[in-house]
Amino acid sequence: MPFNIYDFTSFTQWIDKSLYDSLSPLWAMIWEMTIIGVAFLLFYAVIGLFLVYAERKVCAFMQCRIGPNRVGPYGIIQTIADLFKLLMKELIPIKNADKFLFNLAPFIVIITTFLAIAAIPFAKGLHAIDFNIGIFYILAVSSMSVIGVLLAGWSSNNKYSLIGAMRSGAQIVSYELSVGLSLITIIVLAGSMQLSTIVEAQADGWFIFKGHIPAIIAFIIYLIAATAETNRGPFDLAEAESELTAGYHTEYSGIKFAFFYLAEFINMFIVASIAATVFWGGWMPFHIGGWEAFNNIMDYIPPFIWFFGKTFFIIFIIMWFKWTFPRLRIDQLLTLEWKYLLPINLFNVLLMAFIVLMGWHF
Amino acid sequence: MTEENKNSGLDKEEEYIINIGPQHPSTHGVLRLVVSLKGEIVKSVEPHCGYIHRGIEKMCEKLTYPQIIHLTDRLDYLSAHINNEAVCLCVEKALEIEVPERVKYIRAILSELTRIQSHELWWCSFGMDMGATTCYFYGLRDREKVLDIFEETCGGRMIVSYNTPGGLMNDIHPNFQKRVKEFLKHFRKKLPEYDQLLTGNVIMQERTKNIGIISREDAISYGVTGPSGRGSGFSCDVRKHHPYGIYDKVDFVEPLYKTGDTFSRYKVRMDEMWESMKIIEQLIDNIPEGDYCAKMKPVIKLPEGEYYQRVEAARGELGVYINSRGDKYPYRLKLRSPNLSNLSALNVLASGFKIADLIAIGGSLDYVIPDIDR
Amino acid sequence: MENSQLKERILSLVPEAEIVETKQYLNAIIPKEKLHFLAKSLREAEDTSFDYLFCLTGLDLMDSLEVIYHIESTKYHHCIVLKTSTTDRENPILDSVTDIWHTADYHEREVFDFFGIKFNNHPDMRKLFLDETRIEGFPFRKDYVDEINIVER
Repeated sequence: MPFNIYDFTSFTQWIDKSLYDSLSPLWAMIWEMTIIGVAFLLFYAVIGLFLVYAERKVCAFMQCRIGPNRVGPYGIIQTIADLFKLLMKELIPIKNADKFLFNLAPFIVIITTFLAIAAIPFAKGLHAIDFNIGIFYILAVSSMSVIGVLLAGWSSNNKYSLIGAMRSGAQIVSYELSVGLSLITIIVLAGSMQLSTIVEAQADGWFIFKGHIPAIIAFIIYLIAATAETNRGPFDLAEAESELTAGYHTEYSGIKFAFFYLAEFINMFIVASIAATVFWGGWMPFHIGGWEAFNNIMDYIPPFIWFFGKTFFIIFIIMWFKWTFPRLRIDQLLTLEWKYLLPINLFNVLLMAFIVLMGWHF
Repeated sequence: MTEENKNSGLDKEEEYIINIGPQHPSTHGVLRLVVSLKGEIVKSVEPHCGYIHRGIEKMCEKLTYPQIIHLTDRLDYLSAHINNEAVCLCVEKALEIEVPERVKYIRAILSELTRIQSHELWWCSFGMDMGATTCYFYGLRDREKVLDIFEETCGGRMIVSYNTPGGLMNDIHPNFQKRVKEFLKHFRKKLPEYDQLLTGNVIMQERTKNIGIISREDAISYGVTGPSGRGSGFSCDVRKHHPYGIYDKVDFVEPLYKTGDTFSRYKVRMDEMWESMKIIEQLIDNIPEGDYCAKMKPVIKLPEGEYYQRVEAARGELGVYINSRGDKYPYRLKLRSPNLSNLSALNVLASGFKIADLIAIGGSLDYVIPDIDR
Repeated sequence: MENSQLKERILSLVPEAEIVETKQYLNAIIPKEKLHFLAKSLREAEDTSFDYLFCLTGLDLMDSLEVIYHIESTKYHHCIVLKTSTTDRENPILDSVTDIWHTADYHEREVFDFFGIKFNNHPDMRKLFLDETRIEGFPFRKDYVDEINIVER
């Protein structure tokens, strides 16, 4: 079994070849999809558990306390214990709610995150779906989660859930624009929407360095907009409106609530991994053009460690925002997007196009 | 005429009433606010009080004066020491007793420490209501140090009952001066951290500047005193205008801001913490030797008449009115609560602003419900 | 202004007033019909300008019900005490000063709650603290008896 930690292409091709050799094409395809599906489910579950634990530890670190440290060594099993608790809670059925839509909403939210994870390049060759419109696919698929949010609010038969869901929906749809435009800036620089091409093109330097000023502006805008997209951090008025009215997931209990909660963390992971791929080089090590010895040392570290390291660093920054800043009011939030971020973004795209035409990038 | 009628009919349909009920994370106590909204804008706020009315004034009519002290702790429990001092000063004024200098110094130091820890808790919960949860932990970390000092000297952390008519219950602990000086040194470094975390933050300033404005005339008319009144330019510090204890010999500034919005009330409280530290520094090294209590009769009977004492509690002017008929119980004891007057201005402050601002305004008024209801 | 000047001013506005000087404040006992007029004049006159009402207390003297107003001027820092009473214990009614000092709004409701004194021209005369369904009567009166909730020693 050829297992090269630096290049998974040989491993995946070996699996592919052995399946197609031993079974009929139809069954080979079905088995292949099952293997990938199970692998992603496991990955999803492990990442979800890890991120919830990490959030609690990072939050505690910011607040001068320790965080969970009793359940298991260093509190590692805390999330699993919480999961058991949620599984055993009673699923309270709502009397006059639309039962089908009420039950469907959390699944929509989870499925869209699943679809988006499939397209992320984890390492060289470890890439489930490699469309030639990779970024466009991810943006399209993650936009569908708005439907889940709105359905959850509407089908709860609760005036306040509906208001919360509407606010949340308005927020997500507004910030989609900023996310899309800042990614377009990089597509202009890279010349392609295919994710593996984008990563390969950063072999001699990451885009945030290559595209200097417009890339840095695009990254900052992307970070702000992506935090707002996932309803996190200083933009969580729709959920923390449990100050006043409750959010869209108020009528959900037990495992359905766990789905919403988990989906928020996986969304954060997806957003951070897109940022890592598009701006910070994905699984490419840190190369400085011309310094061969340095580049060889950097190459020694396996690519998937680079990828996860960058992603978790960006996740840490997103968590840092949440625990430091107060919340924005809903009208201030929308003003920020429509009056400030959108014009800057449009100007930035033009600037990047101009720079690419003139060849003033590295 | 018909257009007016049409508009008022429309208003009635669009207005709806919501309850920020007695149990709520942001009202810091049991208070029911009935808010009438038109869309996002608050048209009127009506507080319903009385959920924690314990009848303290009526109970005091059958308690002796040293026993009353223990009930005053539970009014505005964050300025417990100052409440105790108010009743003691009233009784001492009525009996015309001069307390020893040592008592005056210690009372002033403990009052200023109480003010600091009360403002720290206000800062914690103000940040948390706005969404910056980390503020809660930073403020409480420093408040614990003050509470440790109280525990060592007075025996209790929040409910102290250390004052008694004539002086103090017991002398201070030998470690008192050392610990207070350590605390001052520690806090001088930490208070700028509070500014870095919250005061300069753009989001916080956007949510508090020009929100909840009350003019100086309205503040005087509604009786809004303390830091909330000073944020509107109403100079109402009892320690300056009607000094009691040692406050006429101490040098400090009364922070006044003109705008009257939430941000200026915030700034007043931050400045007051610096001023309190200044007062403590002037007093801590010079505590004179002497008795910790003047000689009092075993049963305290006030001469017939009416007596009124005003002190500056952490939230405003606390007044104690005692009407005595010559026996050991007061005939009538009335406590003028600063929080009730501050709350009466909530309607004026919040009308015309958004519902999300109501939480920020309530936080800046900093009311403690047991003081409203007594 | 000195206490003597204030005494002159009050007597010139309301000749029936009874002035008592204690060690602390100047007390003026005013008949209830003249209180609103006196309060308004004291507030509006330039040289007295009593714009800050800092305490409003109700009191049950056994034969009458009294209300005590402690007022101060923020400009000159002089304070006086106005008192007014009514002997009608069945249906006591006094004039409200809410239009002069807004802080009287809640304090007069409190006095109504505890003593039963109604105030004319009050914008919202209802109980503030107590629950009508549980407590009948006015607890702070000296003749209030409640065997269940109050334990006499």
